[in-house]
Amino acid sequence: MEAFGLLLHGFAVLLTWKTLALMMVGLVLGIFVGVLPGLGGPNGVAILLPLTFTMDPTSAIVMLSCIYWGALFGGAITSILFNIPGEAWSVATTFDGYPMAQQGRAAEALTAAFTSSFIGSLVAVLLITFLAPMISSFALKFGPPEFFAVYLLTFCSFVGLGREARHKTVISMSLGLLLAGVGMDTVSGQLRMTFGSSELLRGINFLVAVIGLFGISEILLTMEERLALRGHAASISLRVVLGVWKDLPKYWVTLLRSSFIGCWLGITPGGAIAASFMGYNLAKRFAKDPETFGKGRIEGVFAPETAAHASGTAALLPMLALGIPGSGTAAILLGGLMVWGLNPGPLLFVEHKDFVWGLIASMYLGNVVGLVLVLTTVPIFASILRVPFAAVAPMIVVSCAIGAYAIQNAMFDIWLMLGFGVVGYVFKKIGIPLAPFTLALVLGNRAEDAFRLSMIGSGGDLKVFWSNGLVGSITTLAIVLLFWPAIDGLLGRLGWTQRTGATAR
Amino acid sequence: MKAAVALTAALWAAPALAGWEPTKPVEIVVAAGAGGASDQMARMMQAAIQKNSLMKQPIVVSLKGGASGAEALMYMKSSEGDPNKVLIAYSLIYMLPLSAKIPFNWRELTPVAVIGLDQFVLWDNSAGPKSVKEFVEAAKAASAPFKMGGTGSKREDHVLTVFLEQKTGAKFSYLPYKSGGEAATQLVGNHTESNVNNPSENLEVWRAGQVRPLCVFDKERITYTSKVTDTQSWADIPTCKEEGVDVQYLMLRAMFLPGKVTGEQQAFYVELFHKVTQTAEYKDYMEKQALKPIFLTGKDMVQFLEEDDALNKSLMTEAGFVAK
Repeated sequence: MEAFGLLLHGFAVLLTWKTLALMMVGLVLGIFVGVLPGLGGPNGVAILLPLTFTMDPTSAIVMLSCIYWGALFGGAITSILFNIPGEAWSVATTFDGYPMAQQGRAAEALTAAFTSSFIGSLVAVLLITFLAPMISSFALKFGPPEFFAVYLLTFCSFVGLGREARHKTVISMSLGLLLAGVGMDTVSGQLRMTFGSSELLRGINFLVAVIGLFGISEILLTMEERLALRGHAASISLRVVLGVWKDLPKYWVTLLRSSFIGCWLGITPGGAIAASFMGYNLAKRFAKDPETFGKGRIEGVFAPETAAHASGTAALLPMLALGIPGSGTAAILLGGLMVWGLNPGPLLFVEHKDFVWGLIASMYLGNVVGLVLVLTTVPIFASILRVPFAAVAPMIVVSCAIGAYAIQNAMFDIWLMLGFGVVGYVFKKIGIPLAPFTLALVLGNRAEDAFRLSMIGSGGDLKVFWSNGLVGSITTLAIVLLFWPAIDGLLGRLGWTQRTGATAR
Repeated sequence: MKAAVALTAALWAAPALAGWEPTKPVEIVVAAGAGGASDQMARMMQAAIQKNSLMKQPIVVSLKGGASGAEALMYMKSSEGDPNKVLIAYSLIYMLPLSAKIPFNWRELTPVAVIGLDQFVLWDNSAGPKSVKEFVEAAKAASAPFKMGGTGSKREDHVLTVFLEQKTGAKFSYLPYKSGGEAATQLVGNHTESNVNNPSENLEVWRAGQVRPLCVFDKERITYTSKVTDTQSWADIPTCKEEGVDVQYLMLRAMFLPGKVTGEQQAFYVELFHKVTQTAEYKDYMEKQALKPIFLTGKDMVQFLEEDDALNKSLMTEAGFVAK
């Protein structure tokens, strides 16, 4: 157990008053930036990065990674209370988290979100601790065809397992794919659909779209319907927390499944975003009563949050071992590493043991401390719901606008965000789901690039998607999921569905 | 808003006789993604300036790598008169306007200094051919497409690939990735047969023994002789010309201010970056990442840029990458 010894060494590096204090500071700052929609982890880390230049690398990374954990925890707060996802992976948390808040179960939803975040991270850290060397060689197996297969799997699982009418999912996804094409095309080096505008050069930023689609449209709907946030003051107490925890064992299958999906997609470079959606969809798929999802079901919070945090944590591994950032925040941390004179790569684990194991140890500690911190502050956040809508709404709009602006420092993005607010409102009115749209906007570009690179590499032969065991099985799984309703129906006629229903619980 | 900026600028210009200094945090604009060579260089300068207290105002790095870097160019173009933004430029300032018809011309910006020249090296997987000759033979003999990874389309890496094809007669399938880091890992994972990354982009995988440098695209060898791997230093890599493939390309790393800034403001930054090139951080970085040190300002810089522009334009035209 070499890993165990190294981990203990890591804790020894970590357990000084100075490091612990930095950890607390990082977590509080992180929760704060996580709560502001759009500001989120990447920006928070970017703003605070220069503060760490004079620190030693271990203290610096501990503080920055704690900002990251804090932001991950904080992102759940706005998703649940206001239906505004702060990060890409918080989108799926809104599906059941927000309805729960509307039913006055905000505290329960927040507790569930924080707890499952903790579980997801913990599983991923355990994985990093013991499997680091093996995993980095797994990630190297991913070339363009493998990447495309993973994206295809995500898209297909949406169409095949989605809750909404399939044609509406496809419409929504196609619109997202269309908008993802705006801007510079990496493969040909040409501009597409920019119509001569220099604002459209950089394409449509996913976060700007999400803030508009979810946040602004929600405000519009609320104004039209009732001018009040529907949530009741959440009476958070130790009892609620313990109540949620007591029920946890009931959901062990969901938690385990989501952790697994999260870890798998997290170490797959670039797959972190897909994890929360897939965790949610699969939880629904295997539930006895899928129709109660989306109406405030606690499992609908557990599933995406666990997966999101498992993947968010696991995403640090390809960054350290290969220098490929799995998420926006990981990319900024990567920049930080270089400033401190550490070069991410296969040798980092050999040459800078103190740093790597200090970081891994800080993942354990940071998550424990973070969980306690957010749980004790839940009442403060939940009490926001007691503030009259007329006072809170303008503040939300302003913070959305700041968030949208801060992503690229562009005024144009604020107009774009407002435009997406109207689009989101219309979509909600005519019952077109927003999630496939946002998913396509995030992954559309990468999926397209991966597909075209595979085609260049294979000379235009589609068989490349079945050229080895890894890519072949992912592609096949994707196609099975796409036609899952038909397959499920067929199995049902053969009397098999009973069995799948039983294993889910 | 613009008027207000102009007014403050005018107010500041008056007492600035003693030498202008930034009054707001200064932004280093990077025309590439996180972790790329430009980003690394910007972070090095940020650290060098802060650790040595070369400037009173803080300095921040802002990544504007959208649209293959066009985002940064348009951002600089629209920041006319703002002396708190400085672009770290590379050859995209010549190439992007040609290949994608971006309405941008580097002459509209204010040149500050050329601070380095970056090399290109031909790399293959350490399990692949061991010399340029074997490499070219393997490429010619390959039945499936022989894959060359690189950053972006119709840019430095792509141009080099086209010239390699012309000089050797081998045929490559060029795979444009989003960053040099990605091109490096894809080579390690054997998804491509080769790439033409800058030294900094492949440094770590080379040290780990996963890739092999075949030749450097320059007239002469790199001068750094301290060992990078157990057995090799940068200076041990032969030039491509020595190996019988006469292809050369160096890429500038230069700093620009937006257009319409005052002479004093320009002078402040010339001085600042001159000081940066004297720091230990800069020297260490240049050696580690195998960049050629150079410092040009004023007329020398403009002349260099004009010549470099003409060269890039002819390469792009010859490669057939100029949009009609």
